[in-house]
Amino acid sequence: MTDALSIRHLSHSYGDRKALDDVSLAVAPGSFAVLLGLNGAGKSTIFSLVTRLYAAHDGEIEIFGANVMRSPGAALRRLGVVFQARTLDLELSLMQNLVYHAALHGIGPFEARRLGLDALKRAGLAERANDKTRTLSGGQMRRVEIARALLHGPKLLLLDEPTVGLDIKARADILAHVRGLVRDEGLGVLWTTHLIDEIADDDQVVILHKGKVLAAGRARDIEAGQNTPDIGAAFANLTTGAAAA
Amino acid sequence: MLEYTSGLVPRQNPLPAKEESGFRARQYLICLWGVVWREGLRFLHQRERFISALVRPLVWLFIFAAGFRQVLGVSIIPPYETYVLYEVYIAPGLMAMIQLFNGMQSSLSMVYDREMGNMRTLLVSPFPRWFLLGAKLLAGVAVSVLQVYAFLFIAYFWEIEPPTKWGYLTVLPALALGGLMLGALGMLLSSLIKQLENFAGVMNFVIFPMFFASSALYPLWRVKESSPWLYYVCAANPFTHAVELIRFAFYQQIDWVSLLAVGGYTSVFLIGAIVAYDPARGMLMRKGG
Repeated sequence: MTDALSIRHLSHSYGDRKALDDVSLAVAPGSFAVLLGLNGAGKSTIFSLVTRLYAAHDGEIEIFGANVMRSPGAALRRLGVVFQARTLDLELSLMQNLVYHAALHGIGPFEARRLGLDALKRAGLAERANDKTRTLSGGQMRRVEIARALLHGPKLLLLDEPTVGLDIKARADILAHVRGLVRDEGLGVLWTTHLIDEIADDDQVVILHKGKVLAAGRARDIEAGQNTPDIGAAFANLTTGAAAA
Repeated sequence: MLEYTSGLVPRQNPLPAKEESGFRARQYLICLWGVVWREGLRFLHQRERFISALVRPLVWLFIFAAGFRQVLGVSIIPPYETYVLYEVYIAPGLMAMIQLFNGMQSSLSMVYDREMGNMRTLLVSPFPRWFLLGAKLLAGVAVSVLQVYAFLFIAYFWEIEPPTKWGYLTVLPALALGGLMLGALGMLLSSLIKQLENFAGVMNFVIFPMFFASSALYPLWRVKESSPWLYYVCAANPFTHAVELIRFAFYQQIDWVSLLAVGGYTSVFLIGAIVAYDPARGMLMRKGG
């Protein structure tokens, strides 16, 4: 089966500083994968390369088999993205934001409104469709951003630290919402975070540290491999070991 | 499942990439409509932006031009066939000024959008990047043309009007082209500016020199009399050509030199902006942000 996301031997530098060093990972369709790393580990750089904000000169990135550099249109139309920074237009209504996003994928306004209403229903915000985005809470905005990212029907969803700045309840809410999407709609998800408590034992995890992959596999397998009781301790072990080496 | 292949032969996907990137013409139009529509909505929501865009040239027209009317006499030069009041002379320069500010303002919004992340929403669209930037540019031009017509409406009561009403129509292509050139310049600048704070400097170093070293406020022959080298600077200034193109078009004439110059500058700025926003070659990458 073709991977939802396949990254092979990806390296990237900002001038002399190497941000990514031979990173390889894959996300299968219908799976929830976590990219775990501290701030500055290279998570956002991977995002920028996958979304083609920067060019991936060294290594390959494919979305459902479509190469991001060689067939950007085919790759990007299968991808939904939730960026770390808020990207909704606060002055526009929720529906206007969704209609704009749909237009960026070639979907006309009537179809966009229908899809938008469905998406807002799923996000539990249908009755707020015509409210200004500015009036939403942080957690609600994230839900709209997720709804928007899925509007054009992608099968791969990338979320870059989506729970940053949210309270505990909103964080749990968003996490459960996305896990539900994986379970119910067969989405492939790559979730980046530096928060250990967002990882479940069965999650696929890639630990990224200073641009290198230190470990990858199921959370419980990584814990077992490191002889630690939880993924937090395993992460500490691995990153301390990397620093010592 | 997630697969880690470090140190191993990378796993190859068995299926070739299905090419589905081709959008139909109708979808391109939808995308263009969406970008213009959003820009229009933002403009409507920012009333102070509209008002300040209108007040600025009106201050020049009502106060500056009235005050300098006696000092700055203008001889008969094409496209004028009689002596004209100073207000009439500077009106095309003020129309172009609206577009200059608008071009810079939309580039400011691009820097803002990039910092806030909105620009990423645009750039992650599967449409070709040149098309997305072109759509963004056209949206800005549409807004600036609306602003110019609002200015002309008020200026009409100040007796600033074309020789026939057709002038309002013939000036439209000149406004579109001038707006494109200044918008493309703004877009190119936005790609070169890393942070919003740096933009204030660009306003000072781009807008004011471009405006004052042009034919907006005084004809170039007057500049030549006082400083030949400044004359050459003014004659090369893209803004001068936007002003002259608008001036002649308002009088239902074509200034071919300005038309060629504006067309040439537009192409250069636009290609520069597209290259700068190209992920493979652009400035964004070098800056890491």
